[in-house]
Amino acid sequence: MIRNLWQRLIAPLDPPLMIVAALLLVYGLVVVASASPERVGAQLLNMLVALVVMRLVAQVPPQKLMHYALPVFAGGILLLVAVALFGDVSKGARRWLNLGFMRIQPSEIMKIAMPMMLAWYFQKYETALRLREYLVAALILLLPVVLIAKQPDLGTAILVLAAGCYVIFFAGLSWKVIITLCTAAVAAAPVAWSMMRDYQKSRILTLLNPQSDPLGKGFHIIQSTIAIGSGGIFGKGWGQGTQAQLEFIPERHTDFIFAVLSEELGLIGISLLMLLYALLVGRGLMIAAKAPTLFTRLLAGSITLIFFTYAFVNMGMVSGILPVVGLPLPFISYGGTALVTLFVGIGILMSIHKHRMLVQK
Amino acid sequence: MEFKNPEQELKRFHRRLTGAGVFALLAFALLFARFFWLQVIQHDYYQTRAEDNSISLVPIQPNRGLILDRNGVVMAHNYSAYTLEITPSKVANLDKTIDALSKIVDIQPKDRKRFKKLMEESRSFESLPIRTRLSDDEVARFVARRYRFPGVDVKARLFRQYPLGESASHLLGYIGRITDSDIARIASKDEEDNYRGTEEFGKSGLEQKYEFQLHGQTGFEQVEVDSSGRAVRVLSRTPPVAGDNLTLTIDAKLQQVAEQAFGDQNGALVAIDPSTGGILALVSMPNFDPNQFVDGIDTQNWDALNNSPDRPMLDRALNGIYPPGSTFKPYLALAALQDGKRTPQQTIVDPGYFSFGGHIFHDDKPGGHGIVDLHKALVVSCDTYFYMLANDLGIERIAKFVRKFGFGQRTGVDIEGESEGVLPSPEWKKKHFKNPEQQRWYAGETISIGIGQGYNAYTPIQLAQAVATLANNGVMYRPHLVKFVTDTKTGVATPIEPEPERTIPLKQADIDFVKQAMVGVDSDKDGTGAGAFAGAGYTSGGKTGTAQVYSLKGAKYVEGKTKEDLRDHGLFIVFAPADHPKIALAVVVEHGGFGAQSAAPIARKVLDYYLLGKLPPAPAAIAPADQTSAGAGQ
Repeated sequence: MIRNLWQRLIAPLDPPLMIVAALLLVYGLVVVASASPERVGAQLLNMLVALVVMRLVAQVPPQKLMHYALPVFAGGILLLVAVALFGDVSKGARRWLNLGFMRIQPSEIMKIAMPMMLAWYFQKYETALRLREYLVAALILLLPVVLIAKQPDLGTAILVLAAGCYVIFFAGLSWKVIITLCTAAVAAAPVAWSMMRDYQKSRILTLLNPQSDPLGKGFHIIQSTIAIGSGGIFGKGWGQGTQAQLEFIPERHTDFIFAVLSEELGLIGISLLMLLYALLVGRGLMIAAKAPTLFTRLLAGSITLIFFTYAFVNMGMVSGILPVVGLPLPFISYGGTALVTLFVGIGILMSIHKHRMLVQK
Repeated sequence: MEFKNPEQELKRFHRRLTGAGVFALLAFALLFARFFWLQVIQHDYYQTRAEDNSISLVPIQPNRGLILDRNGVVMAHNYSAYTLEITPSKVANLDKTIDALSKIVDIQPKDRKRFKKLMEESRSFESLPIRTRLSDDEVARFVARRYRFPGVDVKARLFRQYPLGESASHLLGYIGRITDSDIARIASKDEEDNYRGTEEFGKSGLEQKYEFQLHGQTGFEQVEVDSSGRAVRVLSRTPPVAGDNLTLTIDAKLQQVAEQAFGDQNGALVAIDPSTGGILALVSMPNFDPNQFVDGIDTQNWDALNNSPDRPMLDRALNGIYPPGSTFKPYLALAALQDGKRTPQQTIVDPGYFSFGGHIFHDDKPGGHGIVDLHKALVVSCDTYFYMLANDLGIERIAKFVRKFGFGQRTGVDIEGESEGVLPSPEWKKKHFKNPEQQRWYAGETISIGIGQGYNAYTPIQLAQAVATLANNGVMYRPHLVKFVTDTKTGVATPIEPEPERTIPLKQADIDFVKQAMVGVDSDKDGTGAGAFAGAGYTSGGKTGTAQVYSLKGAKYVEGKTKEDLRDHGLFIVFAPADHPKIALAVVVEHGGFGAQSAAPIARKVLDYYLLGKLPPAPAAIAPADQTSAGAGQ
């Protein structure tokens, strides 16, 4: 009876994906326990919520997801507009919407809603994908990205933009256009620079030369770099990182948790983490490759690459090769919102994989 | 593009999927390269930086050595107290912060003033005390609100304290915050490491002279600090070693008796043990309270000390220079006896003046002293006798002889900045004056030298050293204040050996004669010191002196018509007991009038206490003193 229930419970889950995700969660919990022991309980609760959401999403068939794509996206846009108009300001940014009983961050929804929307759009025009369709897709993409960037929340904007671009890329936008766009982007960089906010500019400047302001803006990067470097091959041992435990690392349980991991667990610990990410991405790409429809292919491919981007941007910024844009380390950082989003993505991947045969029939 | 081939589309999708996978792997490889660079190749560098971040060497201030008198009375020690300190470089708005702090702890305007002064003098990045000696209550109140005050902290510090207050202030000196010139001195001794964390430095007196012995060895604590610089735990500890203790030759009680004997008069007294050179009392009046300097003196008190016409900061015993007046006569007598220019038996008839080159040199006593021999000349202080004697000796011989007693040379006492004084001689005039007219030595000038006037000007410590040397039959010791230095770690006491500087070749009979005459000064019925020493209960050999205060330009001194600050200085030199002197001293009372009436009574009180343990009847009242009674010698 219980066994039967368990069987039904895990039926929609993809074992390889589940195992990798679970390992990542355990790993994350271990690091959080060192970086911020008092938050372990709360993080366990976050994980539980995320897993429940994943399980719920995993049983939703892709066709249904397609139906949800447009309403979810439209709703997301409305919420973003609402944020721009009535959002709560915290730390100089307007990112939160107070619903009275809870506060939500609509930009988070876009990380999933954006690839769903574009995948749905390309599926709809599957047979006649011309430049016009790509232009419309670009507009669909840019609207929320601009709204999010204006909040300002550069990290999320980049992720949403990346998610959309991945869909467009997988949909088959010709290399000629891609190269032209990339060239144009480089050419437009100065314009973008002039439109950036001061703190965004300073983050980029700091990245180029953190030593220019060692106690101010460069402090984060210098301290996290020291943490990583001093960790060495084997690390200083769990809970033994001086940079981490003596509070030299800022945001050590959230955005900069990777520095804690690197300092205490060393290159070995980093390699393990990167291996888990690689397995996750590999499994995701495999699911995408076997996906039956354009929608599911694009969605699975994009979500998978979002996992990669998430991890890459965070590790890059903490180790000082990318600007500090304020993204958590996926599956590891403390925090519920990002975790739920990630597991919605995992759930979707699982659903696509489980339903690959059904669709074809 | 018109025709979509699903097969081809799927292939392209797979190609792109593979491309994305390869791209992700490459990106991860790039990251891995970065981590390899940081964690393997640059590991040592970052390891050091992490340690620099988290490990800091905190100096532990050693206890400054104590200063004790010869009987173990504490004259300088330390106590620990909490101070509230601000690091100005870490505080955005200083005035606002101090205002806010003043709501928690008591901060007076004088605290603010002192803080301002410290800020002007301080090195950057230093933390400076805004309040010292916090009560436990104040400490608790601040600590609870510390988070509101970045750059402000409570620290436990050692404070120097001089329990005797103003007593012996000039010889003890004081300590104050380290200045640039102190840093240069520390550097010249290669002591920079040892002075990390030290904030005070001896500024004068023994505190300055023995700074490097008193300081001790700074200890260090290796502590782990968090990002806000707060110590988390101690990794290792090298304890500090307290500075050496100084035990002085000074008798603190004697010092106090001498100081009180001055009342509100200005002047100096130096008492020496003739057999060692150990200084028993070194008085300069008025004195000051060195405790004021310990936590930084505020501007108001500093100005008061420096602008006072009484110049309390001047160490008159070492830096005041005074004509010796008649206290010079015993040495001239000795010179004349040595050279055979006089015999004890020779007499003169004193008409009350000495006439030389058309100029009349007056004796103190109108009409003169009658028939005078050398003994009487000293006992009654006959000027005429010594005018003639000086004239017969000549300046060269006088200068050569008295130089042996230390006149006009630094004694080498263990306090810095001693003055040299002026021993006049033809060579000195040549060196001192530029105008050829003034460079000439006139024979008439020699005659004034005979009574200790003219260009003669010596420090009280020179006068004391000379009388001590005389008392010790010509064997001269270097005056010194420190009897022994005690290593506080090993407990080994290193005595400062008495240094016989020289033995003046003198005939014992001549010495005995002069000493006997000085005993006469204090005991013969016509002796100038007899009044002051009536019924003393011990025999002493003294000599009174009254030094005219007039400028070298030659303004005339007219007795009785002069203001207080032009009145004569009163002097007295003495040794006792006469047969086996245990103490020799010199007193100068500025503008005290006759030495017999101003200086000798002070010497009497000092000797009474030192030899008999007798305290003066009632210590001088602290109430505002009566100016007229002070100089009541006239």
